Amino acid sequence: MTAMLDKRLSAAEIVSRLQDGMTIGIGGWGPRRKPMALVREILRSGLKDLTIVSYGGADVGMLCAAGRVKKLVFAFVSLDAIPLEAWFRKVREAGAIEVMELDEGMLQWGLKAAAFRLPFLPTRVGLGTDVVPLAGLKTVQSPYADGEVLVAMPALRLDAALLHVNRCDWRGNVQLLGPDLYYDEWFARAADATYVSTEVLVDRMEDHFPGDAAANLFERSFVQGVAHLPGGAHPSSLPPLHGPDMAWFKAYSDAARDPGDWAAVAERFVGATEADYMAGIGGPEAVAAVPLAIY
Amino acid sequence: MITLAELCIHACAEAFRTDREIIATGIGPVPRLGAGLAKLTHSPGLMMTDGEAYLVEQPVPLGPRSTAPKAAGHLPFSRFFDAAVWSGRRHAIVTPTQIDRFGQTNLSCLGGDHARPRTQMLGVRGFPGNSIHHRNSLFVPAHGTRTFVAGEVDMVSSAGYNPARRLPGGHYGDIDLHRIITNLCVMDFGGPDHAVRLVSLHPGVSVDDVQAATGFPVLVEGQVPETALPDADALAIIQSLDPHNFRGSVIQGNPPVGREA
Repeated sequence: MTAMLDKRLSAAEIVSRLQDGMTIGIGGWGPRRKPMALVREILRSGLKDLTIVSYGGADVGMLCAAGRVKKLVFAFVSLDAIPLEAWFRKVREAGAIEVMELDEGMLQWGLKAAAFRLPFLPTRVGLGTDVVPLAGLKTVQSPYADGEVLVAMPALRLDAALLHVNRCDWRGNVQLLGPDLYYDEWFARAADATYVSTEVLVDRMEDHFPGDAAANLFERSFVQGVAHLPGGAHPSSLPPLHGPDMAWFKAYSDAARDPGDWAAVAERFVGATEADYMAGIGGPEAVAAVPLAIY
Repeated sequence: MITLAELCIHACAEAFRTDREIIATGIGPVPRLGAGLAKLTHSPGLMMTDGEAYLVEQPVPLGPRSTAPKAAGHLPFSRFFDAAVWSGRRHAIVTPTQIDRFGQTNLSCLGGDHARPRTQMLGVRGFPGNSIHHRNSLFVPAHGTRTFVAGEVDMVSSAGYNPARRLPGGHYGDIDLHRIITNLCVMDFGGPDHAVRLVSLHPGVSVDDVQAATGFPVLVEGQVPETALPDADALAIIQSLDPHNFRGSVIQGNPPVGREA
């Protein structure tokens, strides 16, 4: 009998597979479904000079504030009910990072181009705006009779993607639950290696949740590592389990003004270890008790 | 007593008026209530979400509520570009930070340059795609020259009618800027070359008030009518969709209709 594929890793082992200067995609959307425990592990490491591709929330704000980001590929950075991400603003207004600012739809289009191993995909999006010149985008002309001139959205190839999922097994069979999974599957398909943290880890998915196989948003061939990190989306939401921790986001945002120095608050918002962080917020049970957002 | 916010909700509902089956997106309490009012009165074909991912046939009231929304369909962000935006089946009413005479808007950043803006805001979000693919309207709760700027907006986040921004061979035919609803008036892009034109004045507001608060010329054609007021039925619907009175915090001082601007 052949050995079962076993992709289990610790968060630190996942981060040890990342390198300075890599392009890393982070799944989720704003303050929703973010792999925050893996982001915290990056913040505890020495990883730097990263290009981050994200529908940005506090993942972007924290990595920028900590000086780990060389370049950001983004369409927005927001915490929903706190519309403007205070740490991201601070870094942008200091001119401290390079940016490629894109429309939300262009960002997923670039991930799809990468997933399909194409150099670009055409779109009308960006025409008539500053996005095209500022991002250095080129145009392409339809070879058919219409001759239309379109924006050529370049592939956003990722060295690695980080995602937080509801369930996963040792082999990397994921299940993503909740009303909206955003573009997580395209981050996974656009990446050379995808690492997931998971709320629930089982040995064999088919022995535990066979009835939910339709929640297998992307195939295990796209998953290179899985870490069991319950509560790992905190402070972002993970529907249907829990909502975003808005009190946490408020304290984090306020700290951008006072004291306004990331080094002074990093331990509070990241923790020396994930166990310390979890203990500080009351553990995965407290995370699971955060009410879902009202939109 | 009818508040100015309620008049604006009613005007947003008029802007949403359609016989098509398209997604109505109202960002912020006034446009969102306008979408709900339109759907429950003259435009039943309109579709909308619960604010997250499910399509609802009964508009969802703002804020805490005792009953959960009932989903009739599903429209998560993961399908939004395919199903609503890039297919042109949507009308959004949004509130940008800056708007210029071409209908170009800015939501991204102010001042400085793009490498180091004086003020970083949200980012362009979906504005480039929205503007090139489907109908859009604008709601401005504090009509002034900081919003309606004299030159071009600082960072063009959505496409408008500026000929200098058009590439030969590009398709701009789906740009459809419909209405601008403010605390002073309703405007559209119905002038020559899509110039901004006054459609109606809210009670107590003059043409001079509007012009003084706008950084570019506003076309005035003949006698400008007064903006229509919501009737008792419309006010009851607005109240049912906003029982916690979020609309009361949108316009500074929450004035009644008719007070001098």
